[in-house]
Amino acid sequence: MTTALNTLFITLEGARLNKEGERVVVTLHDEKKAEVPLRHLRSVVCLARAWMTPELLESCVEAGIHVSFFGMTGRFLVRVEGLPGGNVLLRRAQFRVADDGARTLEIARAVVVGKLGNARQFLMHARRDAVEERKPVLEEAVRRLSGHLRALERAEDLEQVRGLEGIAARDYFEVFPSLLKGEARRFTFDGRNRRPPRDPLNALLSFGYALLAQECAGALAGVGLDPAVGFLHEDRPGRLSLALDLMEELRAPVVDRLVFSLVNRGQLKPEDFKTEAAGGVLLRDEARKAFLVAYQGAKQVEVQHVFLGQQTSWGLVPHLQALLLARVLRGELDGYPPFAVR
Amino acid sequence: MEPRETWVALSALQHLLFCERQAALIHVERLWVEDVNTAQGRLLHERVDLPGHDARPGRRVERAVRLGCQRLRLTGRADLVEYHPDGTSPTGWRPFPVEVKRARRKSEEADRVQLCAQALCLEEMHGVDVPEGALFHGAEHRRQAVRFDARLRTLTEDAVARMHELLARCQVPAVPRAPKCEKCSLESMCLPQVTAGQRRASDHLRRMVEPVEF
Repeated sequence: MTTALNTLFITLEGARLNKEGERVVVTLHDEKKAEVPLRHLRSVVCLARAWMTPELLESCVEAGIHVSFFGMTGRFLVRVEGLPGGNVLLRRAQFRVADDGARTLEIARAVVVGKLGNARQFLMHARRDAVEERKPVLEEAVRRLSGHLRALERAEDLEQVRGLEGIAARDYFEVFPSLLKGEARRFTFDGRNRRPPRDPLNALLSFGYALLAQECAGALAGVGLDPAVGFLHEDRPGRLSLALDLMEELRAPVVDRLVFSLVNRGQLKPEDFKTEAAGGVLLRDEARKAFLVAYQGAKQVEVQHVFLGQQTSWGLVPHLQALLLARVLRGELDGYPPFAVR
Repeated sequence: MEPRETWVALSALQHLLFCERQAALIHVERLWVEDVNTAQGRLLHERVDLPGHDARPGRRVERAVRLGCQRLRLTGRADLVEYHPDGTSPTGWRPFPVEVKRARRKSEEADRVQLCAQALCLEEMHGVDVPEGALFHGAEHRRQAVRFDARLRTLTEDAVARMHELLARCQVPAVPRAPKCEKCSLESMCLPQVTAGQRRASDHLRRMVEPVEF
């Protein structure tokens, strides 16, 4: 079992990363800031403009450590990879399935079942902890999601699947204000918005989804799949459609849950955000750090993988799902089994 | 005519003798997990430092030697090859491969096969017999002589042939779960329970859409 789940996040503008022995050393203006053994790392994510020596880059690529660079807002810039992982025959199989309408429909349907099923579980857990007067609202949302899940089983084409996903997303985000507790009610939420996000909760969601999407892309590339050739999401230049497919089932249990636990526990407050002139909302530096620490911590949490019948950690879930998807594409599994939250 | 393009890596033989599925995951699917054990193994290989070995007169030591055997389409690298002076050799010296292993051995047999495969390469490359080599166990700092007898050579050539078959088929064979799986660095990527056909995604999906009760 791999223990290398850690992500080294670099948030220091102008930081320099180099290799000393088998360790990554982070310095800023010649002052040593951090030192991590390479074998403890699964990925390096630079959220600030940082330098990396060729020696370190080479070692990362050889050890299968994903290296990616993001802009300050979480906008993805670049990921460094060695030779494509996996097997060219697997990628060919992926393209063939993507061109096969019936098989694409089945995978897209499974992806949306995963998304709605886990969103429903998230609301069920929230309902359990909610005060009495909020329970009916959450129950109604759960019932609607159940209805959409049933309708999904009968969906006959991709457009119906995508349509149901859209309606379900609206029903789901509509109850988000009911998930805020105590002081956190100062946050407001009027539906999902992005590019740029226009309130703090949307800013947190966007940042979290950007990180998760890159992890999914890395996991897919790691098993040799092409992260850009998706099923639910159609191909579009510059879009990692398969990574977005894989991410759907993990949005609620990984990102949404983390966001609400941070704001409800008072670890993030409305003051931790700033609004730009045109209305876009950004996390302040300290808030970004707090989010990253919590995100990293969440990846270490153990969960039960229902389909595989084994314990794992959240951090490994994208990799296990990518492996399962690879088996589906090769015809070794009868369908795609999304990760199911208990 | 172009030579055939499939080559077996020397390291694959060890994987194959440990587990055919592991060998196929690494060499066909090209999956790899760097964990504590593989990192330590890599470190050990990078810093091969054998006590008292460069000292003997006339003996040459070469590290990270690239090897290949055209006959078996086998290729890779030896950690260390010693060249001993030997009057009975047509070249005046005789190669002596040394393979470095961590203390916790997965399989002694697999180590001997990998070493023998290096010998087969050296025999073809230098045109001399290579009757003997040694395994060096890192943590124990102990060297163990290995004779390349007819039995070990057959075992090694059979392993090469089986690996060629796996590469040609491009498929990952299913194997039952075994106690040795605990020692395998690829355990988390192998998912033997899926391959064994014990789990159906359709049942799983059906359970995910079942109504919930408050």
